[in-house]
Amino acid sequence: MAEVLVLVDHVDGQVKKVTTELLTAARRIGEPAAVWVGDGAESGRAALAEYGAEKVYVATAELNDHVVAPKAELLAKLAQDKGAAAILVSATAENKEIAGRTAVKLGSGVLTDVVDVNADVVAEHSIFGGATITHARVRTGVPIVAVRPNSVPAEAASGAAAEEAVSVEVSDAAKTARVVERVNEEQGERPELTEAAIVVSGGRGVGSDDFSVVEDLADSLGAAVGASRAAVDSGWYPNQFQVGQTGKTVSPNLYVALGISGAIQHRAGMQTAKNIVAVNKDPEAPIFELADYGVVGDLHKVAPQLTEEIKKRK
Amino acid sequence: MNIVVLVKQVPDTATERKLNADDKTLDRAASDGVINELDEYAIEEALQLKEKHGGEVTILTMGPDQATDSIRKALSMGADKAVFVNDDALHGSDSLQTAYALAQALGTIEYDVVVLGSESTDARTGVVGAALAEYLGLPQLTFARKVDVDGSTIRIQRQTDYGYDVVEAQLPAVVSVVEKINEPRYPSFKLIMQAKKKPVDKKSAADAGIDTARVGLANATTETVDFDAAPPRAAGTVVKDEGDGGAKIADFLVEKKFV
Repeated sequence: MAEVLVLVDHVDGQVKKVTTELLTAARRIGEPAAVWVGDGAESGRAALAEYGAEKVYVATAELNDHVVAPKAELLAKLAQDKGAAAILVSATAENKEIAGRTAVKLGSGVLTDVVDVNADVVAEHSIFGGATITHARVRTGVPIVAVRPNSVPAEAASGAAAEEAVSVEVSDAAKTARVVERVNEEQGERPELTEAAIVVSGGRGVGSDDFSVVEDLADSLGAAVGASRAAVDSGWYPNQFQVGQTGKTVSPNLYVALGISGAIQHRAGMQTAKNIVAVNKDPEAPIFELADYGVVGDLHKVAPQLTEEIKKRK
Repeated sequence: MNIVVLVKQVPDTATERKLNADDKTLDRAASDGVINELDEYAIEEALQLKEKHGGEVTILTMGPDQATDSIRKALSMGADKAVFVNDDALHGSDSLQTAYALAQALGTIEYDVVVLGSESTDARTGVVGAALAEYLGLPQLTFARKVDVDGSTIRIQRQTDYGYDVVEAQLPAVVSVVEKINEPRYPSFKLIMQAKKKPVDKKSAADAGIDTARVGLANATTETVDFDAAPPRAAGTVVKDEGDGGAKIADFLVEKKFV
């Protein structure tokens, strides 16, 4: 069976959940082979084996010293050397860029932001803010697919996860954009927005840069915090937490929208959430058309009560 | 410093968007065309770079006839001139073919920096900037929330999930921008009037050096197999807060096993 390369997302040697989802999807197509860039592969290996990775290709951390291009060279080289049947990455901003450059090198096509993929590498997309479902396939070369986190349920299956070091001679052409500094602006210990099983977002209705009403509820649920464009544009919450068309796309099991009207701009980023709860003062707000459970009321009263109730019932 | 801004016309997200039943491409007649929102931030950044470093701002657009509206809008923000690649052979090109075609068209223009929006609101692939850098063999400075140029060195803050990376390269380079970078200006009446007289150089695919055997729907690297309206979400429950709204949501979350 041909190998399916899965680019591993990891932090401090921990494999991110989306990688286990990708390994699950890869098993439908062929034999999953994880591609690990950087340190910590030893500590992540068990998790990769648990989700069916037969191999783990390990490349050095130096590939991260330049933007995107070195990792595309690695994936293109592995795809060629191993005769890969497909390449799967998570649909993060950077991984989609890696997918694009790899596709150019291989003369392949790339499908981004897919919500499902089958054994024939036909991928499902949810487009136009969730209004339309499409199926698409790659016509040329090794198919490259970027899968949205939380879309394919992870299922365990044991694999050998045999480690193999890969050396890549990064070309000068791939070293033109150098990362000189990484700045961490992350807030606290909350899960990463696109990966989180639960997201609690605040919008215009929050009314100020005091987002504690949103954060407290998020923390009671172990959720990530998001924000609407209105809240970000008002300077109430940092840009990287924006959910919507010009921000992040999330697909959690539960999305809680506090004081968000639900304009198409926002819906495009959260409509594929499995369960949606909304609190808004305006009974006509379009977010209620999506909500599985909605409360018409003041979020500053409803959300703190909800936070207390959750703490009580846990 | 000469700057090229890539501008794409997209369907207005406030209107209903559709695919064509026959070839499964975007139905551009079904909705109003507008400038892709993030491209306005790209134009603004280009204008600010010009204000600091001099040079010219050229708009490069690839698209159908009606894209001239977006080109005029871009010129009325203050860009100097435009190149419009307009050819039926390009219809149905996917994101990688688009990157190829734009790379070829850029070969006919002199520039130090190419600026574009980090993604479009219609296809939302977010790969064109990276693929373009690959085709051109130029540094990829994408997802920029700040850009500084000092001589031949360009430095950006690249937006990441955890904050940002500072990335440095030598010009020429490809820069894509995110919303945080600036606040696009509104065209003044004077600029709108001036824009009508600014040159728009219309090019066929051949004029732009594009091999038509590599672009268009028939040669696309990907193919839409089928499409359908998404099933409507089952109607949910909406209640008015009577002082127990939070508790009621908690009941719902318990029922759904989130608590």
